Amino acid sequence: MTKIVVLVKEVPDAAVNKQLDASTGRLVRSGERTLNPFDTHAIEAALQLKEGGELSVDEVVAVTIAPAGAEKTLNKAVALGADRSILLSDEGLAGSDVVATAYALAELVKRESPDLVLLGQQSDDGQSYAVGAAVAEYLGWPGLTQVVGLKVEGDKLRAERQAEYGYDTVEVTLPAVLSVGDAINEPRYPSLKAIMGAKKKPQEKLTLADAGIDASKVGADGSQAVWQSAEEPPAKAAGAIIEEDDVAAAVEQIVAWLDERKLV
Amino acid sequence: MSNILVYALHFEGAINKNSLGAISAAAKLAGDLGGEAHVVLVGDDISDDTAASVGAYGATKAYRVNAAAGTAQPVVDALDQIASGGDYGYALFGGGLLGFEAGAGLAARRGGGIAVEVTGLTVDGGKLVAERPVLGDSQISKIGFKGFGVVVGRLNAFEATEGGSPAPVEDVTVELSKAAGQINVVTRGEQRGADVNIEDAQVLITGGRGLGKPESFSLAEDLAGAFGGNAAVAATRAAVDAGWFPYAGQIGQTGKTVAPKLYVGLGVSGAIQHKVGMQSAEAIVAINKDANAPIFDFADLGVVGDLHAITPALTEAIKAKKG
Repeated sequence: MTKIVVLVKEVPDAAVNKQLDASTGRLVRSGERTLNPFDTHAIEAALQLKEGGELSVDEVVAVTIAPAGAEKTLNKAVALGADRSILLSDEGLAGSDVVATAYALAELVKRESPDLVLLGQQSDDGQSYAVGAAVAEYLGWPGLTQVVGLKVEGDKLRAERQAEYGYDTVEVTLPAVLSVGDAINEPRYPSLKAIMGAKKKPQEKLTLADAGIDASKVGADGSQAVWQSAEEPPAKAAGAIIEEDDVAAAVEQIVAWLDERKLV
Repeated sequence: MSNILVYALHFEGAINKNSLGAISAAAKLAGDLGGEAHVVLVGDDISDDTAASVGAYGATKAYRVNAAAGTAQPVVDALDQIASGGDYGYALFGGGLLGFEAGAGLAARRGGGIAVEVTGLTVDGGKLVAERPVLGDSQISKIGFKGFGVVVGRLNAFEATEGGSPAPVEDVTVELSKAAGQINVVTRGEQRGADVNIEDAQVLITGGRGLGKPESFSLAEDLAGAFGGNAAVAATRAAVDAGWFPYAGQIGQTGKTVAPKLYVGLGVSGAIQHKVGMQSAEAIVAINKDANAPIFDFADLGVVGDLHAITPALTEAIKAKKG
């Protein structure tokens, strides 16, 4: 039997402007929040493995680290197909960098001892692309990121991804950590029944102490990368914008613009 | 003082251009830190000349590790072992998929910190400070490190400068971790689709996921045709991963870097990974129905509208203009 843990993240809604706190250089984590879009592909990948039958997946567990109030976002992950969820929430985590976050996530994974960990290749806000590889390192498991194709081959997984010189195909023996790109699948829309049912699925809420996580290794103090400040880049002149209501008029404007710059 | 380790990605005997840029940057910064830049190459087919060639970019030593290339685990094992055996405060990666992966793994193993997508590095008070653009490049964050620091550069952020002489090559035997044995590269660098040339075109019509379906690339082909001989069609990673366009025609992080006179994006959202491969274009025009698409933040001319209606009309207008 196979257990899959999907690591998910709550992120600011893409439709809302993201901001930095000028004093700490960190992202302002207030405002409308949602499930990281890349993670929906990881959940879908887990579901497809489960439905494919070759792995006989008996459980998909969604795991997140988030400030209090992330229950709703975690329910979205469950509605998309997880069987239950775990939320680690603790003020001691505030200011954790990528490596500290990965350490805490790996500790949560160890409690579940799954065979496979899936996650989205990047978060919509931080965009580090790095958490999956660091989680793999803390677990001592092989890690592959930016996977866009996944197949079961006997007792191994065959993953495809695009690297610097073209597509690479890599075989990995479980347990392993895989981060997936958005090209891997088209996540399904959850049914109304799944959305309603998600609230009834088990959701475990943990603090650092509950999870047995070393508080000195997380949070701002436990992080080795220090975000010192943030500043505006040199301003670039804003481009012209055409709002098209009439195709012929818009095309005329585009051609005039190109003509002015001798680009036609 | 502190030395800097640099990972040099290589394929078929050639070292990646972004790795060479990282070596040049590390050599300069190591000088400011009172140390040296040393390079690590991991692979089973690295010649003496290839390894020694890093000296021309400022490295004073090349470590050669005989292990499978193409995945992060052996790179982490190699850099960790070498860093443990010397005075190394930092590791620098030129970027790319393995840079993110091996960089993150190395930071975790050494209990260090990591900064990715770095566009600038300075030395302040004897320590490295990394500059990382965030939030769609609207802000630049400065990141320092309490202990061991791993820096992963953004594509094209660091320029390779030649000048030094070949570096001495030292072969290192690295004990690989268990995880390295659980992973096996079946094929590497597979080219998918036709071999198209986008690097020499003066006008590039680029199709993104917003085209909606592979057949819509004909809109891009027709528009390129209207511009004439110096125009070509390119694509975003999303369109290539979807199988709509050949990999050889992809712009961005894991594709080509281009600098045409005119870039026209059709249904291109303008993710950072795409932007880093085309931002040197002289003029950037974007047609996209999503007014919130990031490409409108750096396009010289943004057209918010339906590309399926606008593009054919634009093609006809340009044909008419050219007579």
